[in-house]
Amino acid sequence: MSTYTLPNEKGHFGIYGGKFVPETLMKAVTELNEAYNEAKNDPEFQAEIDRLLKEYVGRETPLYFAENLTKHAGGANIYLKREDLNHTGAHKINNAIGQALLAVRMGKRKIVAETGAGQHGVATATVCALLNLDCIIFMGEEDIRRQALNVYRMELLGAKVVSVTSGSATLKDAVNEALRYWVANVDDTHYLLGSVSGPHPFPVIVRDFQSVIGMETKQQFLARNGSLPHAVVACIGGGSNAMGMFYPFIDDEEVKLFGVEAAGHGVDTPFHAASLTKGRPGVLHGALMYVLQNEDGQIQEAHSISAGLDYPGVGPEHSYLKDSGRASYHSITDKEALDAFQLLSKLEGIIPALESSHAVAFAVKLAGQLGAGQNIVVCLSGRGDKDVDAVKSRLKGGSGK
Amino acid sequence: MNRIEQAFQQLNKENKKAFVPYIMAGDGGLENLPERLALLEKFGATAIEVGVPFSDPVADGPTIQRAGIRALQNGTSLKGIIKEITKARESVTIPIILMTYLNPVYSYGIETFVRDVQTAGVAGCIIPDLPVDEEAIIAPLLEQAEVELIRLVTLTTPIERIREISNKGKGFLYTVTVKGITGTRNEFGNELHSFLQAVKEVSPIPVLAGFGISSQEQIKEITKYCDGVVVGSKIVEYFANNQLEEMEEFMTIYKQTFA
Repeated sequence: MSTYTLPNEKGHFGIYGGKFVPETLMKAVTELNEAYNEAKNDPEFQAEIDRLLKEYVGRETPLYFAENLTKHAGGANIYLKREDLNHTGAHKINNAIGQALLAVRMGKRKIVAETGAGQHGVATATVCALLNLDCIIFMGEEDIRRQALNVYRMELLGAKVVSVTSGSATLKDAVNEALRYWVANVDDTHYLLGSVSGPHPFPVIVRDFQSVIGMETKQQFLARNGSLPHAVVACIGGGSNAMGMFYPFIDDEEVKLFGVEAAGHGVDTPFHAASLTKGRPGVLHGALMYVLQNEDGQIQEAHSISAGLDYPGVGPEHSYLKDSGRASYHSITDKEALDAFQLLSKLEGIIPALESSHAVAFAVKLAGQLGAGQNIVVCLSGRGDKDVDAVKSRLKGGSGK
Repeated sequence: MNRIEQAFQQLNKENKKAFVPYIMAGDGGLENLPERLALLEKFGATAIEVGVPFSDPVADGPTIQRAGIRALQNGTSLKGIIKEITKARESVTIPIILMTYLNPVYSYGIETFVRDVQTAGVAGCIIPDLPVDEEAIIAPLLEQAEVELIRLVTLTTPIERIREISNKGKGFLYTVTVKGITGTRNEFGNELHSFLQAVKEVSPIPVLAGFGISSQEQIKEITKYCDGVVVGSKIVEYFANNQLEEMEEFMTIYKQTFA
């Protein structure tokens, strides 16, 4: 069995990844890479992260056997890795804590970040409040409308939220503006990127900080069952919770890795966010990766009921894992995700984020296919409180997107 | 010797500085591109940067972003732009340099792109999201085709790296004069002057300054320290507002400065 060591020193995962950024940012990404490599091997830095994850975030998060959902699905056992129980309600804080401590270590006390659903923005604003850092969050106008509560949360936490009206006014455009802001303020500002995308070393940094999800899952599952699960399942926008879940399992080839993209209205309509299923390799936001684009190489708008999955690219490492066949990628429509949102609420008393509902919907299908005696772990990446209004207006016949 | 080197040799003889305007292809209709290029040559441009619109132009400010959106709404494609440049070359003799983000090129197919721009008579390419660390993806093919890859350095680039970058090219070195994106700026600091001087010292090729340059005063000041300027947003605005006389005036006074 070979040991997985990607990316190479240039940040390439096969043909994917790299540093496709304006020259103005090259010094910053190079310094970030050096600072991260140094910090990674510093026991004091790691100990500080571990302390905050335990005392502030509330880790470790439980691995929960969803017995009612398992019975309903009628096949494999379904376990939920409860990232929804983290402080701020999603996995995003795992990465925010790590990167904010890294920024402080680099002497940068200003943070800029993008956010889609607002979960990464809230996590970033939270950590900035804790560490007394200036925080500016770029968020698409459309997402601000869909996630008004998270906008107010960020403001309460002391962050400045800037509405982005360019392009499709969603996550992709928020990343553009955050990058532009970083280009202009690179001396004293750290860009706290929220997903396993962007230029090297971001895909590595975010993966490593999120890997706590997969490492805990592995230990917890082994302790409970004396074996590894047969499959792990996670939803994918940019792909950070999935990469955090997958990475510790990559060398365990008997564990199947399933990523679930948003099919929106359906992958054969123009309204979806299934970059791996329907996109092709291209360069966006600093990395070569699968991208939704037209025949002229113009990036297309992504569509999903879930703001956090509404991104037309997907991290370079997922792009590589797809081509290599180590992970397989599937998609779930808005409607299927809404059904799963209600299903998990009713059966288990757990209201999942719409993002995570995609993973739940796929796991229910997969459980039937795998059959009894098999074990699936779903990364329940976030809780659904933020989505309750949007789901209500959609289900009660409102015009919510 | 390629067309860019020839153009700079000529300027040198005449003791002049370079003026390189930027134009967004397809803004105002792609069919107008050859005519606009001819006009810029007539007004005294040394070379012209032809911008390819892209949906996600992270290095550009609001003016060029909006021009790009208008161009895309007009149905502008890289293929169409290359076709119009081919036509324009019948009358335009100064070097045409294509400025494009990497993805339209990657999508076009890198080998096909290099072949087609060579055939069209494009003298050089600027790819703002392709740092030298990643340029192996296209640089060897461009070199073979004798299409110059114009590389950028910025205020954040360490001097040793500037030396390394400037020694790779044969056209000119594009020096980004602001920490930021393209667009209008009011003033440049002293930091810029010493920076440009340092770049001039290490660079074996001509040094042009660009990003944020929009007035004749700025141009006069900056060209004390370098070989010329690239002017983008200002020219894009002149075309968008159909202020051709003002543009001619802007470029004429510039010419007088160094005549």
